[in-house]
Amino acid sequence: MHDVDLLIEPARPLPEPRVIDPGLTVGDRAFRALSAAGASSVLVILGLVAIFLFVDASPAIKTAGFKFLTTFEWDPDGLPAHFGIAAVMFGTTMIAVIALVVAMPIAVGSALFVNEYAPARLGRPLVALLDLLAAVPSLIYGMWGLYYLQPHLMGSSRWLTDHLGFIPFFRTTRPVFGSSMFIAGIVVGLMVLPIVASVTREVLSQAPRGVCEAALALGGSRWGMIRSVILPFGRSGIVGAAMLGLGRALGETIAIALILSFNFRIQTQVLAPGGGSVAGLIANNFGEAGEAQRHALVAAGLALFVITLIVNTVARLIVNKTSKGKME
Amino acid sequence: MSIATAPVELPQPRKVRQSPKELLERPLAILAVVGVAMAAIFAVTPLSGGLGWAICTYAGFVGADAYDNYRSHGKVVAKDRVATVLVYTAGLCTIVPLILIVIYVLKQGLGGITKAFFTETLESVGPADPATVGGAKHAIIGTFEQVGLATLLATPLGLLTAVHLAESRGRLARVTRVLVDAMSGIPSIVAGLFIYTMFVLKFDQGFSGLAAAMALAVLMLPTVARTAEEVIKLVPDGLRESSLALGAPQWKTVTKIVLPAARSGLVTATVLGVSRIAGETAPLLMTSFGSDGVNTNPLHGAQSSLPLFAFQRVRAALPTQIARGWAGALVLILLVLALFTIARAVAARGRKGP
Amino acid sequence: MTDIPTADVRIDTAVLNGGPRPAISGGGSLRANGVTAWFGKHCIVAGVDMEMPAGSVTSIIGPSGCGKSTFIRTLNRMHELIPTAAMAGEVILDGQDIYGAGARPALMRLRIGMVFQKPNPFPTMSIGENVLSGLKLAGIPCRNKAEMMERNLIRAGLWSEVKDRLNAPAGALSGGQQQRLCIARSLAVSPRVLLMDEPCSALDPSSTMRIEETIREISHQVTIVIVTHNMQQAARVSDYTAFFLADKGDPGRIVEFGPTSELFNAPNDPRTEDYIHGRFG
Repeated sequence: MHDVDLLIEPARPLPEPRVIDPGLTVGDRAFRALSAAGASSVLVILGLVAIFLFVDASPAIKTAGFKFLTTFEWDPDGLPAHFGIAAVMFGTTMIAVIALVVAMPIAVGSALFVNEYAPARLGRPLVALLDLLAAVPSLIYGMWGLYYLQPHLMGSSRWLTDHLGFIPFFRTTRPVFGSSMFIAGIVVGLMVLPIVASVTREVLSQAPRGVCEAALALGGSRWGMIRSVILPFGRSGIVGAAMLGLGRALGETIAIALILSFNFRIQTQVLAPGGGSVAGLIANNFGEAGEAQRHALVAAGLALFVITLIVNTVARLIVNKTSKGKME
Repeated sequence: MSIATAPVELPQPRKVRQSPKELLERPLAILAVVGVAMAAIFAVTPLSGGLGWAICTYAGFVGADAYDNYRSHGKVVAKDRVATVLVYTAGLCTIVPLILIVIYVLKQGLGGITKAFFTETLESVGPADPATVGGAKHAIIGTFEQVGLATLLATPLGLLTAVHLAESRGRLARVTRVLVDAMSGIPSIVAGLFIYTMFVLKFDQGFSGLAAAMALAVLMLPTVARTAEEVIKLVPDGLRESSLALGAPQWKTVTKIVLPAARSGLVTATVLGVSRIAGETAPLLMTSFGSDGVNTNPLHGAQSSLPLFAFQRVRAALPTQIARGWAGALVLILLVLALFTIARAVAARGRKGP
Repeated sequence: MTDIPTADVRIDTAVLNGGPRPAISGGGSLRANGVTAWFGKHCIVAGVDMEMPAGSVTSIIGPSGCGKSTFIRTLNRMHELIPTAAMAGEVILDGQDIYGAGARPALMRLRIGMVFQKPNPFPTMSIGENVLSGLKLAGIPCRNKAEMMERNLIRAGLWSEVKDRLNAPAGALSGGQQQRLCIARSLAVSPRVLLMDEPCSALDPSSTMRIEETIREISHQVTIVIVTHNMQQAARVSDYTAFFLADKGDPGRIVEFGPTSELFNAPNDPRTEDYIHGRFG
């Protein structure tokens, strides 16, 4: 038997590739133009949003300048006009943070539940239920939070102040609870829960099964496998999911408007009534706004637009990087 | 010539059983813990009744179970069991709120659902009139008109965008995909503000149902586009290849083969988009503004809709108003849930179908 | 170049209208001249010269990764549909270069049909509609639809099994039946050449047998080029065989080409002999 001689004849020089006419018909060209037009409508709409908001906000921006982001009062009609969104930005952020604190553990837990623990028959209805939770309008969440949840949480709020009041976060000056950022935060947390949970679920499901099985085959427990393989793999994806939830929470208007008793000052006591969010500021003051007030409100809307845009874009970059990078 | 083999009797699968001792372990632990929890509550009062009892029992159960497992099986198993309990709890936490919400809205709103609710408006209703007088006919009409217009605006654009994203590979597709994701993050109030500054003010059209529909369309477009794109991408490449290999031009392949194959998914995308916007309230505050009477012309004049109706009633001072608001909320949530369930049913049938 | 079918397809139109079958020598002659194909900078096959005479069955064999599928896709202009794909050389159908100036790819694909490895009937159409789908997509009118369906399903060896359920959805068929449906679909547009890319590798042995029977039956009406992993299949169905080989990093090339019986019994090239006797693969 002779050795298999796999040496091909000395390589002839390769020819140059031909230029080929793709032969697009008239129908093809028309179709491509049509779908491209549809796709560019997205670009156009986003551009219009930015332009119109900016144009209508520019008188306010000209008046306030950069102090718009750092001023704590809201008096656009006054002379001199003195207004800024720092106070409501604080409120928005605080509510969003509480919402994430509430939503993240439940989201990660339920993602793990669906992926690793639940039998397959149970997993799919659970996912469907979670998506159903996402479909509930924010108005309903707000009404439910205000009338059902708030009375139930009064006692817990009092307990938190009584026992954890030494932490300045939980301190209250007066024993009045309700209409607080705490309750609003919990409700918003429930609202962002579905989106964080489903993104987390997708991220965690892409953990390489081979490595997971190897961890189990080494004699580890299920939790050990989760802790050593799945969670580290999904860490940045979970961060991305959290940021998506953050973006949603930052923009929430109606639920907060219903629950929070709006007052325009920095409210550091989350268990006490009062505080505000940027979206709530706009919603509440819009009805009777004069010219100057309106420009200021639109400027606030523009700021909200930019912030949520940045948060969402960064979030998607992180989530996409996770799923692409580890898909080896 | 046949290549079949003789049929073989298949054995029965084995069942994995736990010993009776293992089966009893957990319930015993639970019983022990309930007693511990009761005692713990009295020590740590005042925790508001039901919630406090639940939390104490839960914490006690987890703690005692963990300790018991630690003693009998070791640290690894104990950690594993605790993790299992926590994860199951998280799963439960996602179901319970939905059930609570639906039940509560039903309870509060059912009383207000009368025939009058669907046939009368609030035009000649005084603020102190009982909840049985007047209804939300104007709001229901408004919702249907605004949502319908928004669907008409957003669906063609969304589907075209999805086709482009799924079938084209150029730079426009890449940029558009990023932009669609960005657009899906626009807060609803910002969408309302945009239409307000552009349409209501600049084009000087005033409040109208059309303005509301445009704001809703801005919110609906990314949902439709993204879901539709995913569905189109799911159509197997083999179908496209077969069609092209038969001599069909590319546009016929897309319109006559790919899109019909994705038909149920496209319907799902549209209905999902509708259910997303049907309950939106914030953008309506500054585009359609709301009213007490019927306005069937969406192109001109303020118009009410279900979310606005419920929102404005619920913020009123009188319980009769609030009761009306709850009735509106009930109709709204039933509508949204129905739409959503239809969307999923259509998607499931499409998956099973051909 | 207009979209109106030219002379040779006009004969086919007579067939479409249910007229008597004309006595054309079946199939078109296909010839590859120095075909080279790239994906981006990576060359997959180089310098392939092959002649596939009218009415013959040619099989292409070789180990995985030697570029057989890529090559066969250059024969009906499917290769260029993938981004970064490029090709050089000529593919001549009945004396005309299918890549020539003014040649429309869609029309070329009407004349050179293809059956794929994974059966893929159109799911939203019934069995009968699937058979006619090629005509509908290409815009060729068909006057006698029932006769068209019957003729092509008979040619594909499927008629007896589906004749009373032509309206049933195509997805209800078994894998082998679906593949025969795809063959019927491809035959309905009266191609001169039918390319088959491992058509039986996803099927069970009895379906494979039926399809090989079909190939034998239609080979006089349509020139067939079949890529196959299965040497025994090549020995069973084909008149001519081409053996492809690609060394590590090098593009695939045709090592030997000749009548099947010669190639299998008395190959000229030692590599061919080694492959046939299973010393590598």
